[in-house]
Amino acid sequence: MSDKMHIKLNVNGKNEEFLAEPRELLIYTLRERLNITGPHIGCETSHCGACTVTINGKSVKSCTMFVAQADGAEVTTIEGIGGPDDLHPLQEAFKEHHGLQCGYCTPGMITRAKKLLEENPMPTEEEIRFGMAGNICRCTGYQNIVKSIQAAATEMASAKEAAE
Amino acid sequence: MIPAAFDYYRPKDMEAVLSILVEHGDDARVMAGGHSLIPMMKLRMADVPHLIDLQDVPDLSDIVVSADSIKIGAMVTQAELIDNAELTKAAPILREAALQIADPQVRYMGTIGGNVANGDPGNDMPGLMQCLDATFHLVGPDGTRDVAARDFYEAAYMTDREDDEVLTGVTIPTPQGGYAYEKQKRKIGDYATAAAAVQIVKDGDTCTFASVAMTNLSDTPIYSADAVEALVGTTVDDAAIKAAIAAMLEDIDPSEDNRGPIAFKNHVAGVILRRTIERAWSRA
Ligand code: FES
Ligand code: FES
Repeated sequence: MSDKMHIKLNVNGKNEEFLAEPRELLIYTLRERLNITGPHIGCETSHCGACTVTINGKSVKSCTMFVAQADGAEVTTIEGIGGPDDLHPLQEAFKEHHGLQCGYCTPGMITRAKKLLEENPMPTEEEIRFGMAGNICRCTGYQNIVKSIQAAATEMASAKEAAE
Repeated sequence: MIPAAFDYYRPKDMEAVLSILVEHGDDARVMAGGHSLIPMMKLRMADVPHLIDLQDVPDLSDIVVSADSIKIGAMVTQAELIDNAELTKAAPILREAALQIADPQVRYMGTIGGNVANGDPGNDMPGLMQCLDATFHLVGPDGTRDVAARDFYEAAYMTDREDDEVLTGVTIPTPQGGYAYEKQKRKIGDYATAAAAVQIVKDGDTCTFASVAMTNLSDTPIYSADAVEALVGTTVDDAAIKAAIAAMLEDIDPSEDNRGPIAFKNHVAGVILRRTIERAWSRA
């Protein structure tokens, strides 16, 4: 066993400090060490995107990052995007437009979609499908996921306009 | 899937990287985005007792576009390649190819340096770099040296890079004429069944320059000088394209795997090269 490292992370705005082996995968740090269980493990092999989180502004599959690499980083998970009392427009739209069935892929989907809309606030259907290509859903057939993201984009744009 | 334990280093400069490499020899490896190496470590197909993360090493993330050449630092990610408007204007084939690599999450992490240095025949950048006649820059304990992309690849995962050297960047002469990168893959995130990179210059009706490279059809990328010869001086009509495909098929050496038997791969290689030449020519 290699020496443990002193790791500092900021997860959803909260500073965390702990000792961990560098080989610990970030998804396990989040789920088992910090009890942040929104990000899921679908494949553990970088294929499904269920473990997607945002790290320093990038959508990342947290099963494919060692905790040592994330030392010093800012991490956002679905928990940092919205919760039962303050649903994010994306969460609202997924609920409204049946963007989920079993919901297993949903935290990764919404975390990725949020970043996509930051980069491209009004994406076309094709751009959504291309931008969401790293996230797999076994249930919905994607149609309603695309619809949900479109609806959230429209909602966020009109909220922004109203605020201006 | 828990990889074997390792010591982790995140040095702040290249000197420190090199001294760890010299100390530990082939027990040490550098890592950029990690999206090739980490999966291999998780499967315990790669054993890396000393892992050197390059993320804090400065000066590896620049893109410099000048009049006749483009220099790209090893740590530039695929996402950064895609988003750089100046680069896209000077060498649109880079963006076209990078968009076909893996998926968005992987493109935020995957770097050009990792993609070319790893020596995986499935990676897209090595073939593209051969098409563009890139030069790779290496640094080691004895200083820096340059290697042509067309001379760099020896076999699967075997390159001209020594264990104590680090690839710091690539330089390409600014590409001329029409371009295309075409990739046939089974699904998003898969490696190519066959992929082709073509740059082509048209003067009047005649092709005056061409470059052709193929991906994942041998244990190295394949630059096909004979395919180039079949195109240059022609009007890139059907006969010329057929000749280029025939020449390319002589140069590749695909093996049977879960993407199909050899006959199928040769067939797909021909289809893809035809599409790539036609599209590049239409843009020339
Ligand atoms: S669990 Fe990370 S990509 Fe599937
Ligand atoms: S809703 Fe079940 S996997 Fe997507």
